[in-house]
Amino acid sequence: MTTDATVLLPALAAQAGAAAHPEGGGAPCACGSTTLADRPDATVVRHAGVVAKAHAPGTDPDELALRLSAAARVPDVLLPPLTTTAATVRDRLVTLWPYGAPVDPDDPGAAPWEAAGALLARLHRTAMTGPLPPMRGPVRAAQAVGRLRTALSGTPHPAGPPVLRAWAALPAWARAEAPMPGPPALCHGDLHLGQLVRHPDADADADGDWRLIDVDDLGSGVPAWDLARPAAWYACGLLPPGEWTRFLTAYREADGPAVPAGGDPWPVLDVPARALTVQTAARALTKALAAGRPLDEVEQALVDACARMIPIPHQLTRGFPT
Amino acid sequence: MKCPKCHAEMHTYNRNGVQIEQCSGCRGIFLDYGELEALTRLESQWTQPMPPPPAPQAYPAPPAPAWGAPHGGGHHGGHYGGHGGHHRHKSFGHMLFSS
Repeated sequence: MTTDATVLLPALAAQAGAAAHPEGGGAPCACGSTTLADRPDATVVRHAGVVAKAHAPGTDPDELALRLSAAARVPDVLLPPLTTTAATVRDRLVTLWPYGAPVDPDDPGAAPWEAAGALLARLHRTAMTGPLPPMRGPVRAAQAVGRLRTALSGTPHPAGPPVLRAWAALPAWARAEAPMPGPPALCHGDLHLGQLVRHPDADADADGDWRLIDVDDLGSGVPAWDLARPAAWYACGLLPPGEWTRFLTAYREADGPAVPAGGDPWPVLDVPARALTVQTAARALTKALAAGRPLDEVEQALVDACARMIPIPHQLTRGFPT
Repeated sequence: MKCPKCHAEMHTYNRNGVQIEQCSGCRGIFLDYGELEALTRLESQWTQPMPPPPAPQAYPAPPAPAWGAPHGGGHHGGHYGGHGGHHRHKSFGHMLFSS
């Protein structure tokens, strides 16, 4: 639990409960509340059909407002917020959402890869009508590498140098040290299987009606970034080629603009997939150092990929300067 | 003639108008002077592209980057993920759902 969980969790439950029972006048109910997540960067509590999320400490309220508005404009892609203004609970910004059933973490084989690809394609084709902050993918990667540097300063580890050198070899934009290149698209910024939920109105047995959640990294940027985490898993030998192909094919069939419609997508995916591999390796190594345990074989596969990257120049495409 | 390697009998075959000797034992091939060049010339004159060879897998492996896993990625795939039905590595199962 986070340090202020004793205050934050009941406050979030109260917010979600009040939104779930608007006629209740704060009267007690029998629904009960469930803590869905309690991490340093997010605390999420569900009450009946409503979810209250406390965003990361230090979240910029103006940027969050723009991201909420953007999500509300594409309700067929992103689960729309219940309100587009954030409340403040203690020092945290809190938003309210409908509850959608997530992918079962114990059954990742049932992951809706086709829906993920099609949703991203639709997101990337969305016209950006209003001002939007940059997509935060590169910032998140830089933060992960920063935390790894801090962890390594006290405890050197042989996996540290290959990860840091692979990071240093990336172009500045992928390290959040320069603006992102190319024509910008509306991007999610942090795609993984935990970011997909079924729309609350969907038939529980129907194979469809998925939506993306989590607007914290949403923004304008390089759309290939949103494909790059599955691409990185595939490149590292973790995601089977069939699942990667289902995801990529669905994205292309929905006219996703991040990659060419046919042929080799890697000239576009190379740099973002390297960055996501480094970010994932950095997070894994930081956690292993904190726990004082060795890397497992999956984590080692990420570090090995970083080591292989260093002597290979990244693939350059038009509009993607170094 | 006898094979210089295993000493079995060699038989003459005609390949695209070029006579070659193949050993009946070790299947090695003997080329006379100029025959290799003749075969190479025939190959270079082969202007019609050949149909691609049948994929060894149910579907061709999708492209992967040069830094990809040698025994995973686009080559043989799913070293840790496994093809359908395999048990997915617990650590990767968790990774699928986290930032």
